[in-house]
Amino acid sequence: MSKVIIPTPLRKFTAQTATVETSGATVAEAVQDLTDQYPDLRKHLLDDTGKVRSFIRIFVGDEDILALNREETVVENDTVISIVPAIAGG
Amino acid sequence: MSLVKNNTDIALLERINTLERFIGNTPLFPLQQVFQKEGVKLYAKLEWQQLGGSVKARPAFNIIKQAVQSGVLDTGKKLLDASSGNTGIAYATIGAALGIPVTIVIPENASEERKLILKSLGAELVYTSRFDATDGSQAKAKELFAEAPDEYYYADQYANDANWQAHYHSTANEVLQQTQGEITHFVTGLGTTGTFVGTTRGLKDLNPSIQSVALHPETALHGLEGWKHLGTAQVPNIYDATLADKNLTVTTGDGYDLIRLTANTEGLLLSPSSAANLAGAIEVAKELDHGVVVTMFPDNAEKYGEVLRQIIN
Repeated sequence: MSKVIIPTPLRKFTAQTATVETSGATVAEAVQDLTDQYPDLRKHLLDDTGKVRSFIRIFVGDEDILALNREETVVENDTVISIVPAIAGG
Repeated sequence: MSLVKNNTDIALLERINTLERFIGNTPLFPLQQVFQKEGVKLYAKLEWQQLGGSVKARPAFNIIKQAVQSGVLDTGKKLLDASSGNTGIAYATIGAALGIPVTIVIPENASEERKLILKSLGAELVYTSRFDATDGSQAKAKELFAEAPDEYYYADQYANDANWQAHYHSTANEVLQQTQGEITHFVTGLGTTGTFVGTTRGLKDLNPSIQSVALHPETALHGLEGWKHLGTAQVPNIYDATLADKNLTVTTGDGYDLIRLTANTEGLLLSPSSAANLAGAIEVAKELDHGVVVTMFPDNAEKYGEVLRQIIN
């Protein structure tokens, strides 16, 4: 079980839950499990083909997955996955 | 003592008057390659061509001017506000020129380019969690102000009427004059909502038949820096949803596609929010038989190296 930290703008779709435990061996599988648990998140995280939208920033620990193995980055039981919102407004 | 203070204030007000010449009055650019339709014209205001390099010169300057004139801000107080970048840079630019210290509360994941510009201009930076976006920065700014109200002037761009009034008194008049009164539609995205609210109110006071279209990011998470998804973010106090004749959504992909196209065909290298404004304006223009559509280009791509690398690669 990895933990996904939900950013404030998305907590509306997770009943205000800030951290969600997910199953899966990679970031892609963890995000898939997250959207299975909270289907309203799907539109915000995944594109029409079911892939994580290209502009969404995801971190494993302190590392941006773009610098790792992208969505195929391996996650362990205690891995913390973070979804980071855009810098918005003003 | 009061004489010295008065002299200082007069010098500060004179400096403000001098700076005002470098705020606003941006060119209106005819977009003739990315959109072509007989009877329909499309224009954009090149808002990076003013002090501080973005549309935020207008509200930042007006907020500072009104605060100094009303006696709540001078060189002995720090201007404090939350910002996603551009307003902070505008405050820091104007603050440096006026000798007013500036403290900006900004999400820690703001780009290194923004942080470097702000630091170079002498701004003090306070970082907030990357998970809380600018809503978290607003909360922190309020907290700092509550702890030391004598130290700071809290500008609060999201609730300060001087924000939208800047556009009411400048952008609206400029657009009307630059189109010789022919503008039929004004289209822009929502961040603090000051541009939309002020320009729409100004234009509708001058000509009530002008239609105003508000643009929103399609999803809560998006790549259009500066835009707010009002369905999930804290709605700015200055926002007035009744002003929009129409609301449209724009995807990040729509914006990113236009960055490349506009660079190649118009010679304009746009920021994501400028390109998203263009995407919305084109959608509006496509539906018209006759009309003059105006949008805003808040800034260019200079501060978005990360996005450009993503698009070009």
